Amino acid sequence: MKRLARLALIVCLLAANCLAGTPIPQTLGSDEEVDHLDNVSGQYGGRLVIGERAEPKTFNPVTATDAVSRDIAGRINADLIEINRGSQQTEPALAKAYTVSKDGRTFVLHLRKGIRFSDGHPFDADDVLFSFALYLDEAIGSPQRDLLIIDNKPPIITKLDQYTVQFTLPRPYAAGQRLFDGFTILPKHILEKPYREGHFDKSWSLNTPPDQIVGLGPFRVKQYLPGQRLILERNPYYWRVDHANRRLPYLDELAFEFVGAEDSQVMRFEAGETDIISRLSADNYSFLQRDESRLDVQLADLGPSLEYNFLVFNLNDLNGKKLDATARKQTWFGNLKFRQAISAAIDRDSLVRLVYGSRGTALWGNVGPGNRMWVNNAIPHPRRSLDLAHELLRSAGFSWNKSGQLLDSSCSPVEFTIISSSSNAQRMKMATLVQDDLSHLGMSVHVVPLEFRAMLDRVFQSFDYDAAIMGLGGGDADPNPEMNVWLSNGSSHLWHLGENQPATDWEREIDQLMQQQMVTLDYHKRKQLYDRVQQLISENVPFIFLATPDVLVGAKNHVGNFYPALLDPYTLWNADQLYVRGTEKAAIR
Amino acid sequence: MPSKIRARVFIGLLLALHLPILFAGFIAPYDPTAQNREFPDVPPVRIHFVDHRGVHLRPFVYARIAIADGYQDDYLTPYPIHFFVKGDEHKVFGIFKSGLHLFGVEYPARIFLMGTDSFGRDEFSRLLYGGRISLAAGLLATFIALLVATAIGTVSGYYGKWIDDALTGSAELFLSLPWLYFLLVVRALLPLHVSATTTFMLLIAVIAVIGWARPARLIRGVVLSARTREYVSAARGFGASDFYLLRRHVLPQVMGVLLTQAALLVPQYVAAEATLSFFGLGISEPTPSWGNMLSLLQQYSVLMSYSWLFAPAIALVITSVMYWILADTIRYWIQSP
Repeated sequence: MKRLARLALIVCLLAANCLAGTPIPQTLGSDEEVDHLDNVSGQYGGRLVIGERAEPKTFNPVTATDAVSRDIAGRINADLIEINRGSQQTEPALAKAYTVSKDGRTFVLHLRKGIRFSDGHPFDADDVLFSFALYLDEAIGSPQRDLLIIDNKPPIITKLDQYTVQFTLPRPYAAGQRLFDGFTILPKHILEKPYREGHFDKSWSLNTPPDQIVGLGPFRVKQYLPGQRLILERNPYYWRVDHANRRLPYLDELAFEFVGAEDSQVMRFEAGETDIISRLSADNYSFLQRDESRLDVQLADLGPSLEYNFLVFNLNDLNGKKLDATARKQTWFGNLKFRQAISAAIDRDSLVRLVYGSRGTALWGNVGPGNRMWVNNAIPHPRRSLDLAHELLRSAGFSWNKSGQLLDSSCSPVEFTIISSSSNAQRMKMATLVQDDLSHLGMSVHVVPLEFRAMLDRVFQSFDYDAAIMGLGGGDADPNPEMNVWLSNGSSHLWHLGENQPATDWEREIDQLMQQQMVTLDYHKRKQLYDRVQQLISENVPFIFLATPDVLVGAKNHVGNFYPALLDPYTLWNADQLYVRGTEKAAIR
Repeated sequence: MPSKIRARVFIGLLLALHLPILFAGFIAPYDPTAQNREFPDVPPVRIHFVDHRGVHLRPFVYARIAIADGYQDDYLTPYPIHFFVKGDEHKVFGIFKSGLHLFGVEYPARIFLMGTDSFGRDEFSRLLYGGRISLAAGLLATFIALLVATAIGTVSGYYGKWIDDALTGSAELFLSLPWLYFLLVVRALLPLHVSATTTFMLLIAVIAVIGWARPARLIRGVVLSARTREYVSAARGFGASDFYLLRRHVLPQVMGVLLTQAALLVPQYVAAEATLSFFGLGISEPTPSWGNMLSLLQQYSVLMSYSWLFAPAIALVITSVMYWILADTIRYWIQSP
C-alpha cells in the first residue's frame, strides 16, 4: 500500500512538473503602452545556458555589489532610461519619453501606462518613488547611492500624476539621463512591507521563494539550486514587443550554470554545454578559434575594450607609515622625467603581441580607441625609444656605473618592486615584460605576484609597495564614472590616495576640468574639457598606460540576434531579443 | 638483475640526469632569462640529417619564420649545429665566467630543443637552470623535514608518556593548521622583495615546517613497535644505554621508512614550490624553476596547445621514479647482510 502511495505521488509530481511548463506570453492589453522594437524578429521557445564564474550573492538590486548579482538582477529588472549597449546612446525604457529643462537640472519622465510586473501587478509612479527612496536611504547603504548625490544633496523626486515623475538635480549634470541606467524599478506592493518593518536588506536573498521576486525585466526567477544553477523563465507581462507585435522575450528560459574560473567556462563552452561566453582571454579565444567550425560557434572580436591596464608608482603620503625604503624611492617616482623615461622604455607593441596575441591595443592615455566619443586623438603615441629614456634619465641626474647599473644622484642603485595579482595571468605577463624592458635601462626590477586581496590591501590601505600593475575602466564610456580616479580626493586616485588638496598644479587643473565637464551640457564643450584632462594625464604620466585587451566573446551558431557590445554586460544586454534558431520548426515536427 | 649491477645502472642514470643540471650553463645553448619576443610559443626545433642534397654527417636545423597561425621552417638555408661554440656568458659553479657552450647554431636560426615559452625563452635552457633550484630545494627541504621528523618521531615513540602526548599533539596541530592563511601571513610579514638566496632559504624552511608532521607520525609508529621487540628488551636487560639501543636497534628499523618517505617527498616538494610561487613566496620571474615553469600550465589554453611546455613535468616524473628506485636499492643494500 505504502509503495503504491509513493508511486502515485511520483506520478503526480511528474505531471505537475510537465504542466507547470513555461509561462505563455500574455496577450497585449488595448491600453498597454508597450515598446515597439520594429527591427527585431525571432522565434519563440528554447533555452540558453550561460556559464558564470561565480554565484550571485543576492537577487536584491539595491544592495548587490558583485558583478554576477548585478548581471542577473539586470535581466530580472528594468530601468526608466537605458543605455543601449550597441549604440552607446540612451533609450527610453520604462519611461516612454522624457524632457529636460533648459538648465539641465529638471527631468520629467513619462511612464508607460498599463504595463505590469512579472506577477501581473500594474506599474506606476509610486513604484518609481518607492525605488528611489530605497536607493537614497542611507540605512540601506546601496552602492549606487553616491551616483545620485550631487554636491552632497539628493535629487528631489516628485510625482506629477500617476504616470509622470519629475527629478530635480541640485545642479546641472552632464548626460544626466545616463544616470537612470542601473537604477532598476522595484515593486512597491511586494517590498514596502519589509522596508517599513526595517528588514529590507534581507529581502530577495537567495533563499527567497521565486514567486516573491518580482520585476519588470524580461525574465523572472524559476529555480535556484545553490552551487549549481539558476534558471530564469520568461516574464509573460514584459513590455517590449517585436516587429510583429509579439511580446518579448523569445526565450522560454535563460539558465546560469556556476562553473568557476575562466578555464572551466571555456571547457564547458567547448563541450557544448553552454551557449554564450564573454570576457574571453586572447589565449582562450585563439584556442577556441581553431575549432570554430567544428564547435559550430561564432566568435567575435569586438575591438579595444574600455579597460586600461597601467603601471602605477606609489606616491602616497607615507608619513608615519615606517616605510623608509619606499619613501626614499619616492624621490625617483615623483620625478616626472623618471616616469617619462619608463614610459619611453616600455615596448607596448610586444606587450600587445605577447600578452594579448595581438588582440589588444597599446595605450598612451586613459581613454582608448574603443571609446570613439571621448578619445583625444591628439595624444601622441611615441614608439619605444631607449635612447630617449637614457637621455631623460641623464638629464634628471641619474647615471650608470661600469656594469651598466642605473644609479640615482646619491649613487644608490635604482631598484624597485612591481606587484600584481597572481591570479591574473595577463597582468603577470605584462609585469615580466616590463621588468625585462626596464633592465635595458639598468634598473633592477622585481616582480612579486600577490594574491588579489593582499595586493589591494597594499595599494589601498597599507601603501607598502613600490609600483603595481593594475587595470581600471570598462563600465560606461562617459567621463563621469571616471571622476573617482582623476579627482585628487577620489577613492581610486591610486597613485596618491586621500589628498586633502591637490598635490600638484596639474592635479588641481584636472580637478577643475573634471568638475566643470560634469556640469557642462554641451557635448563639444565637454569633449574639449575632457580632451585637456587626457592631455594633462598623458603629459604628467601618473599612470604609465600599457595596453587594453579587445572584448572577446562567443556564442553557438544557433543563438539568434546575438549582437555583443563593447560595454558591460557584453553579451546579455539584449537578452530579451535573443532566440534559439530552429526551435519553432522543431515544435511543428 | 644482480643487485650490484642494478644499483650501478641507476646511479649512472641519476648522474646522467644531474650532471647536465649541474653544468646547466655549459649545456644550455641560451641564457634562460633572455626573451626572444619575435618567437613566443615556438614548437621544438627539428634536427635534420637529410635534405635534397643527400645525407649530412653534421646535423642541421632550419630557421623559423612566423606565419599567421604559428611557425614554418625556412627550407632554403640549412644551419649546421656546431659544438663548443661561443655564446651568452654564464658562470660555471657560480664562480668562473665562461662563454663556452656545448652546442649552438648561427643566427638567425635558433636551436630551441624543447621550444620556447610565451616570452620566447628557450625551454631547454630554462629546464636545466630550473632543475638546479628545484632539485636543490626539493632535496634540502626533504632532508630538513625528515631530520626534524626523525628527531621528534624517535623521541616521542621511544620515551612515550607525556613527551609522546606533547609531541604527537603538536604534530596533529600542524597537520590541522589552515596552511593557506599561514602562507598569506608569512607573505604579509615579509618585505615585498626578498633576495634570491633568502627566497630559496625561505622556501625550504616553509616546506620543511609544513612537511615534518606526517613523516614524524610514521616514524613514531615504527619506533614504538621496535622498542617493544624482545631483542631490544633483552639488550636493555643487559644494561644497554638509551643511545646505544636507539643507534643499534631502533633507528636501523626506521631507515626503510625514511628512504621511502624521502623518495615520495622530493617530487612532492618540487611541486610545492609552484604552489608557493602563487603566494609570492616561490622563486620569482625571470629566474626559472620547475615549479614556476609548471605554473604556466595552469592555463587551459596553454595546457591544450603547447605540449612542449610539459617538459618540467616529464623531468619531474623521471626524477621521482629514479629517486624511488634509488631508495629501493639503498634499502635493499641495508637489509641484505
